[in-house]
Amino acid sequence: MAEPAKTPALTLTPTTPCGAMLPLRIGTLTLSEVDPGHLTAMAPRQGGALGAALSAAHGLDLPGPGRATGTDAARAIWFGRAHVLLMGPAPDPSLAAQAALTDISDGWAVVRLEGAGAAAVLARLTPIDLRPTVFPPGQTARTEVFHMQAAITRLADDAFLIMVFRSMSQTLVHDLRTAMEGVAARAGD
Amino acid sequence: MRITCPICGERDRREFYYQGDAVALRRPDPDDTPEDWDAYLHLRDNPAGVTRDLWYHEMGCGAWLVVTRNTVTHEVLGAVLASDAARGAA
Repeated sequence: MAEPAKTPALTLTPTTPCGAMLPLRIGTLTLSEVDPGHLTAMAPRQGGALGAALSAAHGLDLPGPGRATGTDAARAIWFGRAHVLLMGPAPDPSLAAQAALTDISDGWAVVRLEGAGAAAVLARLTPIDLRPTVFPPGQTARTEVFHMQAAITRLADDAFLIMVFRSMSQTLVHDLRTAMEGVAARAGD
Repeated sequence: MRITCPICGERDRREFYYQGDAVALRRPDPDDTPEDWDAYLHLRDNPAGVTRDLWYHEMGCGAWLVVTRNTVTHEVLGAVLASDAARGAA
């Protein structure tokens, strides 16, 4: 009887949504991919106390509409009507009593746009008002980026966190690159 | 055209999806007359003036809204959450 063919050793290498497309540096602007860790959509239960549970378990304030709290290690981002996104840590089991938790890790591409003119780049792609008086650091919005459903959070005056569905990562990088090149080309104006 | 979402604030029209007359919030009871159901399913006003429509904040927060607008002047007069409007009607 013939020897069964040996299965070759298989090594699976995880890839990120944007992979080799990022980072990009154009003029004063950089676009880099963010590894967000766990992404958990939290839908607060009626009459629940998600704010207290989130504070106790992760040290995060529950953000109201249009707000984001936390730091790079752990963020809570308002994510639509009756939704808050927990970014970073795996959700503490105690949260499950206060909110319906859905693991959406790997579902979103997360990038960071940073540098002088970052707001001018985004202004070419999204209809929201990005002026610092209206959209200061800590502010977030569900909106569109060139026809893609997106979430934009301002991290600092010149830094934004941009999220789209993972399947749209190539389009996102393409559109941001085009806008970055446009802004960089006009930098001397 | 701008619509003020009760959750997100003033946003561009392209973030919203138009569904139609807010009649869906006034669904008849199962025992209501066939005439009531006929009107609910098929009969729509076509007002020159103020009208109430259902809009979906598709690209934004995902809320259904009742938007009051004027078909003559194109003014958007206001928007409330459809869930609030439905509760108010009950």
